[in-house]
Amino acid sequence: MQRLTQKNSASRPARFAYSLSILALSVSLAACGGTATTEEPAADAGSGVSGDIQIDGSSTVFPISEAMAEEFQIANPDTRVTVGVSGSGGGFKKFCAGETDISNASRPIKEEEVALCDEAGIEFIEVPIAYDGITLVTNPENDWAQCLTVDQLNAMWSPEAEGSVENWNQVDPSFPDEPLELFGPGTDSGTFDYFTDEVNGEEGASRGDYTASEDDNVIVTGVESTSGGLGYFGYAYYEENQDQLKSIEVENEAGECIAPSRETIADGSYNPMSRPLYFYVKKEAYDTKPQVKAFVDYQLSTENGELVQEAGYITLPDDALAQAKSRVEEGKLGKDPI
Amino acid sequence: MERNISSRPPENAPKAARESNFAVNLNRRYMMDRIFKAAAWGATIISVIILSWLLLTILMDGLGTLNWNFITSFPSRKAERAGIIAALAGTVWLMGLVALFAFPIGVGAGIYLEEFAEDNWFTQFVEINIGNLAGVPSIIYGLLGLAVFVRIMEPITGGRSVLSGSLTISLLILPIVIVATREALRAIPDSLRLAGYALGATRWQVVRSHVLPAALPGILTGMILALSRAIGETASLIAVGAAVFISFLPEGLNSQFTAMPIQIYNWISRPQDEFHYIAASGIIVLMAALLVMNGLAIYLRNRFQQEKL
Repeated sequence: MQRLTQKNSASRPARFAYSLSILALSVSLAACGGTATTEEPAADAGSGVSGDIQIDGSSTVFPISEAMAEEFQIANPDTRVTVGVSGSGGGFKKFCAGETDISNASRPIKEEEVALCDEAGIEFIEVPIAYDGITLVTNPENDWAQCLTVDQLNAMWSPEAEGSVENWNQVDPSFPDEPLELFGPGTDSGTFDYFTDEVNGEEGASRGDYTASEDDNVIVTGVESTSGGLGYFGYAYYEENQDQLKSIEVENEAGECIAPSRETIADGSYNPMSRPLYFYVKKEAYDTKPQVKAFVDYQLSTENGELVQEAGYITLPDDALAQAKSRVEEGKLGKDPI
Repeated sequence: MERNISSRPPENAPKAARESNFAVNLNRRYMMDRIFKAAAWGATIISVIILSWLLLTILMDGLGTLNWNFITSFPSRKAERAGIIAALAGTVWLMGLVALFAFPIGVGAGIYLEEFAEDNWFTQFVEINIGNLAGVPSIIYGLLGLAVFVRIMEPITGGRSVLSGSLTISLLILPIVIVATREALRAIPDSLRLAGYALGATRWQVVRSHVLPAALPGILTGMILALSRAIGETASLIAVGAAVFISFLPEGLNSQFTAMPIQIYNWISRPQDEFHYIAASGIIVLMAALLVMNGLAIYLRNRFQQEKL
C-alpha cells in the first residue's frame, strides 16, 4: 500500500507533464491542419495551375479518373486531385451538396438529382467521357445461347420472371433443359440502372432473385462455376476473363446479332447495350478554378484517349469527342444526352 | 431440477432405495467427457484451419508484389507502380485520432456509469442504449458522421477530412469501449473500494489510485478489440467521403484521406488480375499494422499489470 502511494505521488508530476504534452501536441496538430488548408487556395504557382480538385462518383468511371488524375498531377505537380467512389447516386448527392467539383456517373443524371442540384443552386455541364458495353456472359459450356434478343433478356430479367422463369427452355423452347442461374450487379450500380432501363423498360425494375454483387469479380466467379449461368457487367471484366467466360451476341435495333468488342461498342452497332459514361462538372468550379478547367480539358484531349483504353473502356469517336468539347467550351448547362 | 429434488426419497428411506437412484455409469460419463473434449478441439481446429488457409492464400498472392516500393508509393492506374502509402498514412492518422478521442470519452463514460452513477431510470436508459448502439451497422454511423461532422461541423472539421472520419469511427467504437470498461471495473472486488473509503479516501481518490489502475489491463484489452474493429472499417468511411485515389499524405486534421480497407476493396474489385495481387499485398500491410497496434497495446497492458503488483 505504502509503496503504491509513494509511486503514485512520485509519478504525478511526470504524468501531468505527459498529459500536458499530449494536449500541446494535439493543439499544434489542429493548428497545423487549419493553416495548411486555408493557405492553399492563396498559393498559386506562376506557370502551372495549382489547388485542389475534388472528384467523386461512380466506381465504373473510377479507373478513368484515376488514370487521368495520376497523369495530370505528374504534369501539374502543384495540383492535388482526390477521387472517391460513392457510386453514381452517392456522388450526385455530394455534388449537389456542393462538396465536389466533378461527379462521375455511369448513367445520365436523374430528374430528381437535377432537382436536388437546382435547389442548391448548382449548375453543371454534362460531359461524356467514354463508352462501355454491357456484356452478357455465360459459362463456356453453354453451346446453345449464341445470340439473345432484348425480348429474351426481358423474359429472363423482368420482375414478373421472379420465381417463374428458372430454366433456359422457358426463354426459348429450342434451348435445352438447363437451370438458369442469374448473376448481376447490385441495385446501387449504374450498370444495373442502365440494363434494367434498356431490357425491362424501367430503371430499377428487375427480378430480385438473382445473385447480386457490387464486386463484378463475384459475377465472373459465379458464371464461371455454373454451367447454366448468365451474368452481365462492364466490358472490361469480360476482356480480362475471356478465357473463362463466353460472351453472348445481342440482337441490335437493326436486327443483327452483334458480339461486344471495342469496335462494335465504339461504332454504335452493339446497341442497345453500349452506354456512355459521364462526368459532371460544376459550372462555377470550371469558371473560377483554373485547375478544374485544366483537368476537364485534359480529360477531353484526344491524346488522353489512350488512358481511357488502358482503363478498359472505349474512347469516344472523334465527332462525339468534338461535341463534348464544344459543349464544355460553350458552357452548355444541364442534362443533354448524346 | 426442482422435480428431481421433490421426487427424491425421504432421508429415512432404506439406503438401497437411495443408491438405486444414482447410476454410476462411469463409462458413459467418461465418454461424454471425451465427446465434449473432441467437439471443443474440433471447434478450435476449424478456426485455426480457416485462419491459416486465409493467411496462406493471402501470403501466396501478396508476398510476390510486396516490396519497399509498394509501401512507399502512391496509388496508380498501373498495378506495378501502385503503392499503399496514402492509405497506410491515412489509417495511422485515423487510428491515432480514434484512440485519442475514444479512449478518454469511452473510459470516462464507463467509469461514470460503473462507479458514480446511481441506479435509476436514466442510467438504465443509457445502458440499454449503449448495448443497442454496439449492434448498429457501421453505415448508419457513416451517415450520422456525414450529416453531423461533414456537413454541420464543416467549419471545424473541414468537411470530408481525416478529423470527420476519425470522429465517426470513434462514435462507432465508443459502445465497445464503454462496455469493456464497465466489465473491467466490475471485475475489481468491492473490498478494494471499501478499504479505500475506510481510510477516508473520496470516491475520486479510490477510483483514480486503486480501481482504475487495477482495471486498466482489462480496459486496454477492450481498447484493442475496439481498435481492431476500427482499423477494418470501410462502409462508414466511404459514407463520410474518404477518397480512393489520393496522391498526398494527410497534412493535418482537415486534410482529405483514404484508409487501407477502402484501397484494398477498390483493388479487389478491379477486373485486372495484377490488382488482385497487390490487394493481397495491401492485406498483408494491413495485418502488419494491426499486429503492431495490438502489440503496442499488449505491451502497455503488461506494463500496467506489473506496476499494479
